[in-house]
Amino acid sequence: MDFDILIQILGATLRVATPILLACLAGLYSERSGIIDIGLDGKMLIAAFASAATAAVVGNVWVALGVAVLASSALALIQGLAAITLRGNQLISGAAINMLALGTAYLLSQTMFGTGGQTPGLGPDQRFMGIELPFHDALGGFYQQVVSGQSVIVYFALATVPLTWWVLYRTRFGLRLRAVGEAPNAVDSAGISVARLRYSAVLIAGALCGVAGAYLATAQAAAYTDGMTANRGFIALAALIFAKWRPYPALGACLLFGFVEAVGYQVQGNLNVDSRVLATLVDFLESSLPYILTVVILAGFVGKATPPAAGGVPYVKER
Amino acid sequence: MAVARGTIHGIVGENGAGKSTLMSILYGFYQADRGEIRINGERVAIRHSDDAIAAGIGMVHQHFMLVKPFTVLENVILGAEEGASLQRSAAKARGILGELAETYGLEVDPDMVVGDLSVGLQQRVEILKALYRQAEILILDEPTGVLTPSEADHLFRILESLKAQGKTIIFITHKLREIMSITDTVSVMRRGAMTATHPTSEMSVTRLAELMVGRAVELRVDKTPARPGAEILSVRDLTVARNGTERLKSISFGIRAGEILGVAGVAGNGQSELLEVLWGTAAATAGEVLLKGAPLDVSRGGRAAERRRQGIGHVPEDRHRHGIIMPFGVWENASYGYHRSPSFTSGPFSLPGRMKDAARELIETFDVRPDDPLLKTANLSGGNQQKIVLGREIRQNPDLLLIGQPTRGVDIGAIEYIHREIVALRDQGKAILLVSVELDEILGLSDRVIVMFDGRISGERVIEETDENDLGMLMAGVDQREGKNVTASKMG
Repeated sequence: MDFDILIQILGATLRVATPILLACLAGLYSERSGIIDIGLDGKMLIAAFASAATAAVVGNVWVALGVAVLASSALALIQGLAAITLRGNQLISGAAINMLALGTAYLLSQTMFGTGGQTPGLGPDQRFMGIELPFHDALGGFYQQVVSGQSVIVYFALATVPLTWWVLYRTRFGLRLRAVGEAPNAVDSAGISVARLRYSAVLIAGALCGVAGAYLATAQAAAYTDGMTANRGFIALAALIFAKWRPYPALGACLLFGFVEAVGYQVQGNLNVDSRVLATLVDFLESSLPYILTVVILAGFVGKATPPAAGGVPYVKER
Repeated sequence: MAVARGTIHGIVGENGAGKSTLMSILYGFYQADRGEIRINGERVAIRHSDDAIAAGIGMVHQHFMLVKPFTVLENVILGAEEGASLQRSAAKARGILGELAETYGLEVDPDMVVGDLSVGLQQRVEILKALYRQAEILILDEPTGVLTPSEADHLFRILESLKAQGKTIIFITHKLREIMSITDTVSVMRRGAMTATHPTSEMSVTRLAELMVGRAVELRVDKTPARPGAEILSVRDLTVARNGTERLKSISFGIRAGEILGVAGVAGNGQSELLEVLWGTAAATAGEVLLKGAPLDVSRGGRAAERRRQGIGHVPEDRHRHGIIMPFGVWENASYGYHRSPSFTSGPFSLPGRMKDAARELIETFDVRPDDPLLKTANLSGGNQQKIVLGREIRQNPDLLLIGQPTRGVDIGAIEYIHREIVALRDQGKAILLVSVELDEILGLSDRVIVMFDGRISGERVIEETDENDLGMLMAGVDQREGKNVTASKMG
């Protein structure tokens, strides 16, 4: 494989990893606060639809992004209501969010556009296009293909990693967030509202999923298609476990999963018809790797993954 | 109730008497339906914990409110941060912790992870948390339950120095001797009401117990000297390792028929592992165990059913996790573990009718209240739940009964009853292994005591030749009679 192809793959890795990374960080906030979030996929999906539909109707991609964040946050609020205020089962409410999102997106797209679960294709001015950084052409190679020319959301996602680290370990909010996922009773007895903290975390997760969904429909693709998240929310969850709920390792995990997917695209793109078996194999590996790695991690082969101690447990005052 | 500034005020009462509810109201976990709280004569409204903190109330909960993976520093500043950035809070807290350490003897490394600290130090962090929030009134809920006698002494010294600095301390406990030794005033609660408040100097342990229960209580167990028979259980060089660390280090002892062997020690020094191996739920790495001369298979776990058939009964330390199934009916728990014995089965089917009959007998014999076998076990008090477990095991007529923490979470009235049952069982010629962290219980029931420290037996005593101080030192790993031949204390 020559060097150009490697650079191409790396550029694709960043693009493919971006929505997973955003969803993964969304999950990090949510789960660090003690709310297990399997509804990442659904929130991304509704955001993807909301952004594509808004972009198609209004024509402004930034408005589309805003609507996507709002739609995803609305779902997050429902999830928060079920998990925090009503103390419901978080796995069930998360699964319900996924189903609700899939059905709602299909219903609305059919009603609005009559195209069978799709939105109309978007033109370049209705999408997030690549931004050419200074010296884009002059430097060429790696800089041109990987560093420059990505959409603004890719840069945002990358910036969110150190930001999340800083919030988590250097701010009061971060201290309380980490505490509430481990020992909500300690937080409560310190005079801090457990519910308010968890709602904040869930809403941050909603907003990040909103950006991730908008990226899928208005940057990576140019329309919403039915079920277009393709379980990326679950891959993000796998990356989160792989990263043991820490921001920088989350970046690493998402890049790894993105890289595997990008290699898959490259291999499939260059294969001739005869190697269909190989294509199937590559496809299989690519889609199953995140889950295989998750199982390996959870089985304790690569260190121990200790989730936040209070994850999944609704907080009830003990006495 | 009124508490004077700069005093230590004790509150005693049985389980369910309302002590914890009262404290939860003071700390803003619950709200009172009626009534008022005044601090320094001024009425305060405490709706949440932050109101309580603002009013100068600090609480050391029985179950610590600590974030285990956090450092001491992080735990202390949580909820009392200075602004949104952590660095300034951390710097300030470090300074104040240093001062507090100096003033009250509350030393603890601020950068240690709390989960790695001993229980005594974790409690110190809780006290520091309250003082950091400038608490003037400190409430301690059952603070000594988890401490060694020497750690408890240290705590008492800290409390004395806090008192000397003008802090007010409310001390909740069920250990009457602690009330007598440290408090200035004592209030007794019974069935949700404050029944009496007296200067401690006018009280005695017996009088307090009477006030708590509402009748005269026999605190000392009446028992005749043991008449030990043949050796029932013999443990030789038993070693148990878990996750690479040795939890039991070559333990040897024996129990004879008609004898109660007490196992004293601070929780977590190998007692639980000992019970698990003897009961067959955990494997030993080395050593052997003989029951009536025949070897038990200790090389594997999962042998509890076999142990039952071999004549061992077990009252587990953690009743709720291993002794009973809380949502099940009393009748189911009354035969739980023996539900596959021929008396409760017919072929592959179980016979609920027979189980209920057995449960009725048990309820009758062991005075379980309320006397309804169909009731959900979770609805019974801790004492009555324990009577079910104890009764169930005794009814199987075991040669050896393993008992872990028989009166944990059990009220005084039921303690008296359970203690009598255990002694009665001994007098029938059964061998009894009694593991308890309550020294009073060990001293009151045992005929012979072994003390465990760090997975070893740090000493063995005949009950007549020891006292609380002696055992307390052994619990901390110090044998004051070192050199004395401990084998001489075998009953003869």
